[in-house]
Amino acid sequence: MAYDSFKILKSSVVPLAIENVDTDQIIPARFLKATERKGFGDNLFRDWRYNQDNTLKSDFVLNNPIYSGKILVGEHNFGSGSSREHAAWAVYDYGFRCVVSSFFADIFKNNCLNVGVLPVQVSSDFLKIIFKAVDEEPKTDLTVDLPSQKITINSTRESESFNINSYKKENMLNGYDDIDYLKNIKAEISNFASNTPL
Amino acid sequence: MKKTLFDKVWDSHIVKSIKDGPDVLFIDRHMIHEVTSPVAFLGLKKRGLPVLYPERTFATADHNTPTVNQHLPVADPLSRNQLKALEENAKIHGISYWGLGHKKNGIVHVVGPEYGITQPGATIVCGDSHTSTHGAFGAIAFGIGTSEVEMVLSTQCIMQPKPKKMLITINGSLNEGVTPKDVALFIISKLTTSGATGYFVEYAGEVFRDLSMEGRMTVCNLSIEMGARGGMVAPDQKTYEYIKEREFTPKGKEWDKAMTYWKTLYTDEGSIFDKELTFDGTEIDPMITFGTNPGMGMSITKAIPSAKDIEGGESTYAKSLAYMGFSEGESMIGKSIDYVFIGSCTNGRIEDFRAFASIIKGYKRASNVTAWLVPGSHKVLQAIKDEGLLEILENAEFKLREPGCSACLAMNEDKIPAGKYAVSTSNRNFEGRQGPGARTLLASPLVAAAAAITGKITDPRTLI
Repeated sequence: MAYDSFKILKSSVVPLAIENVDTDQIIPARFLKATERKGFGDNLFRDWRYNQDNTLKSDFVLNNPIYSGKILVGEHNFGSGSSREHAAWAVYDYGFRCVVSSFFADIFKNNCLNVGVLPVQVSSDFLKIIFKAVDEEPKTDLTVDLPSQKITINSTRESESFNINSYKKENMLNGYDDIDYLKNIKAEISNFASNTPL
Repeated sequence: MKKTLFDKVWDSHIVKSIKDGPDVLFIDRHMIHEVTSPVAFLGLKKRGLPVLYPERTFATADHNTPTVNQHLPVADPLSRNQLKALEENAKIHGISYWGLGHKKNGIVHVVGPEYGITQPGATIVCGDSHTSTHGAFGAIAFGIGTSEVEMVLSTQCIMQPKPKKMLITINGSLNEGVTPKDVALFIISKLTTSGATGYFVEYAGEVFRDLSMEGRMTVCNLSIEMGARGGMVAPDQKTYEYIKEREFTPKGKEWDKAMTYWKTLYTDEGSIFDKELTFDGTEIDPMITFGTNPGMGMSITKAIPSAKDIEGGESTYAKSLAYMGFSEGESMIGKSIDYVFIGSCTNGRIEDFRAFASIIKGYKRASNVTAWLVPGSHKVLQAIKDEGLLEILENAEFKLREPGCSACLAMNEDKIPAGKYAVSTSNRNFEGRQGPGARTLLASPLVAAAAAITGKITDPRTLI
């Protein structure tokens, strides 16, 4: 499914300083029963956000009103575990368009790119600087500039470059997805398939 | 140029390479289940696209299915709806469908190999991270997201940058009481859950040569838990013998032709890997996890390490131990447990039930333990009966359930209650994985069996 294009995002952030956040935390399996892509944002970090009686857990960062914004800042090895794209949908549907971390799990990163959430991998040093800035000033905002592949802390002008392959960058900038591309090389695919026995 | 096993299979499936971008990779076989496919089919409908090669996709129902009374309608309306969607989508698009009640039904990564859908040198994907299981046959197999499921349905291709390559060699042999599950948990404990991220792993060395196909599947299955997209073992005589005469494997002249290709599937001597690790099989003990990711594992005889000896964040480590109700320095042996789960795509095969039965034979289930024994497929269930294992299990007061993913991810009714400890042969001990608040201890079928009859964490070697 095509998504909104991503160019430059300026936003405050939600800091989540926990390592190895797995996709079972991002969205637990019992919320994967939908047959449509609807309502996943409500269950983002479900068991960290809500008590078992559905009351809010006040100590979880998403429930802390001083933090808001379209950028989620996570720790090392964000999105490990299951391949459920529902995790990326939940992040997107909640309202995040960008996740920043020093290291992403492979499938989660891919899924993000496929649904229009930009995963920005920064150095662990720069990640520390971001967490510190947000700790000191919760309304700290960042600019994520995809065309120039740069992430900046606006108050201090500290910045770092990030990598993205030029194919995916083009897709994100235009809101294209892989099927748009693959449809255009149909002849090459059918030629390949005819030489490949089942 | 010298090529690794992985290079040979990957390179032969490239339809097109994009500069500074992904390869367009042709997918030989695609498996789908009810959870990660419905939105992909909706996407096809919106775009007005058909399934390009329906004969290359195979559907089975497993994640949501109940493990008791499968002949009755599924009680949970959401699960029922998802299962119905898979059945309808398969029917509309002419995809083979092994739903609930079908004699070939079972966990996708168990039935794929059982029916010969899984073959050496193939590219295999499924919207499930444990698709890495199929690498045991020398296939490139990995999990994908739903957008990619839609891609494969509509174009039979996905777009992936070629991963880096890692070689993990384990020489020597395994000690008594040490199983393939322990080998995998040992590797993950050394690498951490992110140690192989960005890599595709090849497993080599005497230990892997000596493993059965089931054992290789267990190790490849857990490749994702060290962050790797997948893992593979070069095919050998054991592989060919396993797949021969299965429903979807080639027959007659086609078999001979396939064998000619399969025999080329090995890493050329002198090939370069981006990373190489070597261990000795005799270093490995029966393992158990004590934390909330599969990298937090150790020899069952050891004490829980202290935060200062662990790489990474101390606060995350403390949070993890608090969730588990454990403290640094504690021994695992002797801790009381509440549940035992045998099953999943990791350890739900016949060999796993044989291992479990070998320990519990002649004993009784401990009175404080609830045990869920869930075969990976109907074929496994039948083998348990045919081999006389059912009698051993029942004599020890264990009951067998019907096939499915069950308590591995607790999407059905099989949920471990909050705060309870479960020794589980599954693949993930994440917070809430087996039910909200559940505490999972990952281990082998032997460790699970020892816990099931003693009611506490017990070194299975004391019972052999």
